Amino acid sequence: MRIQRIYVNNSEANDQDKFVITNELDEIIAKYKGKKGSIIPLLQGVQAVFGFLPRAAFEKIAEETGLELSDMYGVATFYTQFRLNPVGKHIIKVCHGTACHVQNANAVSEALAEELKIKDGETTPDGLFTLESVACLGCCSLAPVMMIDNDTYGKLNNKSALKVLREIAKKEKQ
Amino acid sequence: MEKIKITVGLGSCGIAAGAGKTYDKLIEWQQDVNYNFELAKTSCIGMCFNEPLVEVSSNQGSWLYGAVDEKRMQEILNYHSIKNEPLTKYVVYSENLDTPGKTYFDGQVKIALRNCGYIDPENMNEAEASGAYNAIKKIVSEKLSADTVIQMVLDSGLRGRGGAGFPTGKKWQFAKSYSGDEKYVICNADEGDPGAFMDRSLLEGDPHSVLEGMIICAYSIGATGGVIYCRAEYPLAIIRLNIAIEQSRSKGYLGKNIFGLQGFNFDIYVKEGAGAFVCGEETALIASIEGKRGMPNKRPPFPAEAGLWGKPTNINNVETWANIPWIINNGPEKYAAYGTEKSKGTKVFALTGKIKNGGLVEVPMGITVNEIIFKLGGGIIGDKQFKAVQLGGPSGGCIPAHLGETLIDYDSVQATGAIMGSGGMVVMDETTCMVDIARFFLDFTVKESCGKCTFCRIGTKRMLEILERICDGQGADGDIEKLEELGHQIIENSLCGLGQTAPNPVLSTIRYFRNEYEAHIYDKKCPAKVCKKLITYMVDEEKCTGCTICAVKCPTKAISGEKKKTHFVHQELCIKCGACFSNCNFDAIRLV
Repeated sequence: MRIQRIYVNNSEANDQDKFVITNELDEIIAKYKGKKGSIIPLLQGVQAVFGFLPRAAFEKIAEETGLELSDMYGVATFYTQFRLNPVGKHIIKVCHGTACHVQNANAVSEALAEELKIKDGETTPDGLFTLESVACLGCCSLAPVMMIDNDTYGKLNNKSALKVLREIAKKEKQ
Repeated sequence: MEKIKITVGLGSCGIAAGAGKTYDKLIEWQQDVNYNFELAKTSCIGMCFNEPLVEVSSNQGSWLYGAVDEKRMQEILNYHSIKNEPLTKYVVYSENLDTPGKTYFDGQVKIALRNCGYIDPENMNEAEASGAYNAIKKIVSEKLSADTVIQMVLDSGLRGRGGAGFPTGKKWQFAKSYSGDEKYVICNADEGDPGAFMDRSLLEGDPHSVLEGMIICAYSIGATGGVIYCRAEYPLAIIRLNIAIEQSRSKGYLGKNIFGLQGFNFDIYVKEGAGAFVCGEETALIASIEGKRGMPNKRPPFPAEAGLWGKPTNINNVETWANIPWIINNGPEKYAAYGTEKSKGTKVFALTGKIKNGGLVEVPMGITVNEIIFKLGGGIIGDKQFKAVQLGGPSGGCIPAHLGETLIDYDSVQATGAIMGSGGMVVMDETTCMVDIARFFLDFTVKESCGKCTFCRIGTKRMLEILERICDGQGADGDIEKLEELGHQIIENSLCGLGQTAPNPVLSTIRYFRNEYEAHIYDKKCPAKVCKKLITYMVDEEKCTGCTICAVKCPTKAISGEKKKTHFVHQELCIKCGACFSNCNFDAIRLV
């Protein structure tokens, strides 16, 4: 049960209403309109554009395709892939699969959370980083592993994980 | 100068370990007149502990090099280019050399993984040169009937490699026996077990073998459509599958009247999952393809009768599909020659955890746990004490060290309380806490329970709460019995495999490591020193240099001491967060 994944509007940066829905959404709707079983690919398409699922997008899809809002919301809250809140520029996914757990992935998560001063699942106030725990990235022989955007880093400990994070933060400041 | 061929292993873990950088550098060096080599890429070679892997071959032989970063690549390349011989100190495997990798590879039998790490998975010609689509061509040219093909699958003794072990041929027979204007074949590539990556490697390394397996099934049961349901967390697998499907279509292997057979219409598309472990269950997977929440349904009707869109459907797992063409090509007898009486052929395992040679291994059924861990796996990291191996992830259980002679087959593994599972094999040593492992898996199932059945939804949550209490030093007399009672009720009262197996990790650790539970509950000690609340942190007087970092990092100022003098932990202030331990650069914090 993923109760924590229901909408929260806790800061300015997360304000849903400020989101402008672009034309890209029309293309996605046109591609899947009328096709059976298309809710998941539709939502995946929306998330690929916005990085999350804005409320306005749900409403537009419902209006144009006749899909029920409740069905879409049901699907969006069921699958871990879907996000209902905006995410940071960089998404840090710390693997907590069995192999990583055994090799102390907790130390990595804790060090990153302390450095960024956020909890698991949260985004930094400057909108730069989102910290997440994921079940398995499938790179078990490199455990513990984390993935920042599309790059995977293996054989980590608390110190080396921080080093990677600080490098990225440094580049952002320049 | 002799021309050499350099092949880089570009699977997901290879790329994560830096193989992409090595490959890019090689592209650059190809322009260099001093070098003369052909560059190729392949997927996972299976020796994950030595990634990035690069194979150099010439007409004198071939050598597999490990941990090849740019610098090492240049050394190797120079050696081959100038001296015309291998740089043996970096070789991890070569047929005629005695390297540590020798026992790792020589102990394996590669059937499902026959092409992984040998061919470029994005190259159709290489795949076909290695025998892709020969099996279906043989069926068509020899005019083998659908029943003959199914009989071959039955005779091979192949059982579902997703974990449950249902005979594949029987499943096909059921699907064939129901008629429908449309019928479906589904590949279950929703590999959700944390700690398992067999299917990912197979899809990335040899997608055509999976497609061919599905085509053969479509021929046998009369299916019209195929779906590969793949985890979205495997982007590279999805890309390579789509490339392979396109290649097959353009060759006339997918589409209308395929392989020149009038009326044999079959096509496949990839459906991306969206992250839900329960979708590995057949009926939940079908619901997810239909665009719904992935919640399981009651069986019967089984998918063979009413599956996707209510039509007869046959679902098999990635590894099962990859075995099919080999069985048709080599004959069911040859496949059945491997293994034990009731478990035939081979099984792929993802060997991970506290093991020296972690990676992907394909072994004949009937091998022992000890052989896999000590012969292929090279033993435990740091030569610590082997404690247990976990099979089957959140649905499975542990096989303790004293049962190391257990045979790997469906029934022997089940007798220990573990399950064969899809192939995740996580090795644990004396520093792994079994109560913590049970808590870890329960935490996973609580998050992944779809919520349909009360026992699975609430029962697992209650079990997790008890385990958390035990790990926090708040365990009470009777907790173990409560866990057992709840566990049995969840098993009996859940609809699908997720709930029916969720208590296994707990029950199996209680069965073999009850003393660890008791140590947590009664002595308030964690023997493996993992559960933080049960550890006492002390400063090792001999190792402490007085650098002050622990005192600085301590959030409750529980550590005091002067600069360059031994520090001291005030136990009454310590909240056991472990910050001192993880920040000490001199290994001077002792866990008691």
